Amino acid sequence: MRYVQRAAVAFGRFWWDFLIGDTPELFVGTLLVVGAAALLRHDRLAGLTVVVLLTVVFLLASTYRGRASAARGAADGNGAGQV
Amino acid sequence: MSTTEVTLALAVFLASAVETVEALTIVLATGATRGWRSALEGSAAGVVLLSVLVGVVGVPLVRYVPIATLRVVIGALLLVLGLSWLRKAILRASGHRAPHDEDRIYADTVSRLDDPSGPSQGLASRRDALAFVISFKAVLLEGMEVVLIVLSLGASAHRLGLAAASAAAAVIIIGTAGALVARQLSAIPENVMKMAVGIMLTSFGLFWVAEGMGLRWPGSDLAVPVLIAGFVGVTGLAVAWMRSLVRPAPPGVAAALAEREGAVR
Repeated sequence: MRYVQRAAVAFGRFWWDFLIGDTPELFVGTLLVVGAAALLRHDRLAGLTVVVLLTVVFLLASTYRGRASAARGAADGNGAGQV
Repeated sequence: MSTTEVTLALAVFLASAVETVEALTIVLATGATRGWRSALEGSAAGVVLLSVLVGVVGVPLVRYVPIATLRVVIGALLLVLGLSWLRKAILRASGHRAPHDEDRIYADTVSRLDDPSGPSQGLASRRDALAFVISFKAVLLEGMEVVLIVLSLGASAHRLGLAAASAAAAVIIIGTAGALVARQLSAIPENVMKMAVGIMLTSFGLFWVAEGMGLRWPGSDLAVPVLIAGFVGVTGLAVAWMRSLVRPAPPGVAAALAEREGAVR
């Protein structure tokens, strides 16, 4: 029983780290891309344009955030703000 | 082979190559320090378990899950993974994050395992549980992402065999080359490979999310290389933009950053 519990926790932790980890904005961005594709599925041009733009915007925003947190972590001299 | 299949095979090959380099560094350090037998047995056990996972999870996915659902869910997973790899590669290429240093990881692993007060000195030729577990975990953890990529790309395109074969080819080629050059793994341009994989995974993810939702791309499968070309451009611009934001850190901060990066990876 204890083994099953540990395995379940490890499984959950793996997916949490994989999907969210230190970049929750990418997970949210992906959900928004899926949502936009669902909402705009009847308008091909608008749908494709919006999903591409959303992906690019979230990539750039997350990278910028990564740069800020790396600088903050270094200034603190500790593990905070790891990228 | 179609354009999509070639791109798929290349994406899986590169992703597997990157993860193989990372796992191999730890396996080589473990083997050199604690003995090769247990290190190789642990690695082999990890590879077998990962292969079983591909078969057990992948085949039912391809056979029983509707293709549209599969493409949306798996496309979203690929998008998260691809964006995450791409972000990391951009931060490294622009100097905001230290590159992955295989030499340092090798040296750290050796120094941890080579502790003279350790309980297993002199066990190099016998079975060593610690060496087995470390190698097994390294292969399993690094390989899990490869399994996800193989399953995602293979199942979405209904080419699980091709994806698995590409991953196996990468493991064999990089594993053999890595074992021959031993401690020269740092010469492999890992960040460039990671960036290429990130671009391909992001492009495939976006392509399949839209397709799964019923949005048809102009040119059908030819949209994948166009998306890849587009993301190459975006990545180049992002690296240039991020480089322009680099400010020289004060000496103490630079040392702390280097120390922290070593600890993180």
